[in-house]
Amino acid sequence: MTIEDWLASACADADRRGLPGLKPLLSALADATLALRAVDWYEARSAPASGTRPRQQPGDEAHPGDGEPR
Amino acid sequence: MTAPLHFHTITELAPLVAAGHISSEDLTRACLAEIAAHDDALRAFITVLGDDALAQARALDAEIADGRGRGPLHGIPVSLKDLIDQRGVPTTAASRVREGHVAAGDATVTARLREAGAVFVGKTNLHEFAFGTTSDDTAYGAVHNPHDPERSPGGSSGGSAVAIVTGMSIASIGTDTGGSIRIPSAACGTVGLKPAWGELPCDGIVPLSRSLDHVGPLARSVADAWLLYLIMRGDATAARWPLPMRRTIKGLRLGIPRAYFHDILDDEVRGRFAESLTWLRQAGAEMVDVTIPHAAWTAPVYSHTSLPEASAYHAATIAACPERYTPNVRLRIETGRYLLAEDQARAQIAREVLRAEVDRALAGCDALALPTLPIPAPPIGAGTVDIAGKPESVRNMMLRLTQLFNLTGHPAISIPAGSTEAGLPCGFQLVGRRHDTEGLLATAAACEPHVSA
Repeated sequence: MTIEDWLASACADADRRGLPGLKPLLSALADATLALRAVDWYEARSAPASGTRPRQQPGDEAHPGDGEPR
Repeated sequence: MTAPLHFHTITELAPLVAAGHISSEDLTRACLAEIAAHDDALRAFITVLGDDALAQARALDAEIADGRGRGPLHGIPVSLKDLIDQRGVPTTAASRVREGHVAAGDATVTARLREAGAVFVGKTNLHEFAFGTTSDDTAYGAVHNPHDPERSPGGSSGGSAVAIVTGMSIASIGTDTGGSIRIPSAACGTVGLKPAWGELPCDGIVPLSRSLDHVGPLARSVADAWLLYLIMRGDATAARWPLPMRRTIKGLRLGIPRAYFHDILDDEVRGRFAESLTWLRQAGAEMVDVTIPHAAWTAPVYSHTSLPEASAYHAATIAACPERYTPNVRLRIETGRYLLAEDQARAQIAREVLRAEVDRALAGCDALALPTLPIPAPPIGAGTVDIAGKPESVRNMMLRLTQLFNLTGHPAISIPAGSTEAGLPCGFQLVGRRHDTEGLLATAAACEPHVSA
């Protein structure tokens, strides 16, 4: 399932359940999921130790953590 | 001692209580009087155990008179975050969902504190189910910061930090799933310790996210936090007083992670942190820059771990009585129900990567040093704060510098490090090696006098 499909489905369900306030949180979670999927974590886990910063960076503008528990 | 006795540390009070120079009953009465005078405005407590606390104190005073001292915590008034069971007392989790609940027994940490002679003065207010960092979504009224009542005390253990600052209890026990001990400690000016993951038992404590939850002390000094940690660990060395002592500051080696951690900081917070590093360097500490390459992924990894774990715990009640949750907390719990399993699994691999990177950053260092909060305490109810002219989510900012170490399980502590021009406290965070909370405490004790100026 793509993130776009997942988000559309989740937002439709939120509407069906009368929870429109959920949609901004689902949208933020979609951003977070995109950021998470941007890295091959299996490769990162097996990569030799490095002091360099990875090329991909989740955008701060996207606030990928928004909507999470604190 | 110039301040009233109930504003002093356990370290200072313990020998006076043990010698019978001051009574536990007097100390407890003083704390209860502060609660009576100020808690209508600050809302630090959900349950106050007035008569019961005084009865505990009188019984403990009688033991001292009989020569049956229990150790340094004997007769000291302590509060518990209202997520932690105390037998015969409600555990509300600051939620209407828990109405009518009364704990049948003590949490293990409560039992250990009781055995060590703590006097329980009450249960402190929090962000509902510990599901937030501002302590304003609570069925018992928003907690207010004593340094500026228009501002949040941080959270989720907000009531615990307020209780210590205002003399309502000498110390408090909180929980930390993304920073919930360290954040209010920084916002209110107390010491807050998140031990290494799994060291202290969490049974008898309402969970938020089992793989991230920690229980730990909030206190007035590192030594006090150390004592409470040892007692809650069930360690007999806690009976030895004073504690095994301090590492000298000279030659202490601190790793400073800057990328990501210094990218978004309030100017005054940045200034206080830089001053602390200067003072530590002048005292003989060494600093070395370190990197945690995937630190910028902390928030997505955190959300894909904590949301599903929290939703799993709340599944039955969110279905049965969703209206009993505060609206924001309900929505967060609902969000976790939509998350895909493959992404949760991905996040667990990412945690291994982050854990290894923090381990590598700590290699050759006694601890990592970074600010606890990137901002001073925010106004109650604020959704965003301006940093360098740009609006930033309060929720993201509060968690930004603490939640990584819940994911990795490293011990971390916040100690007071000055304040802003408006008088709002700033926190200095130290992160220790995995499974070496006492090493971290020794480092923090060495740093404490140099960053608190």
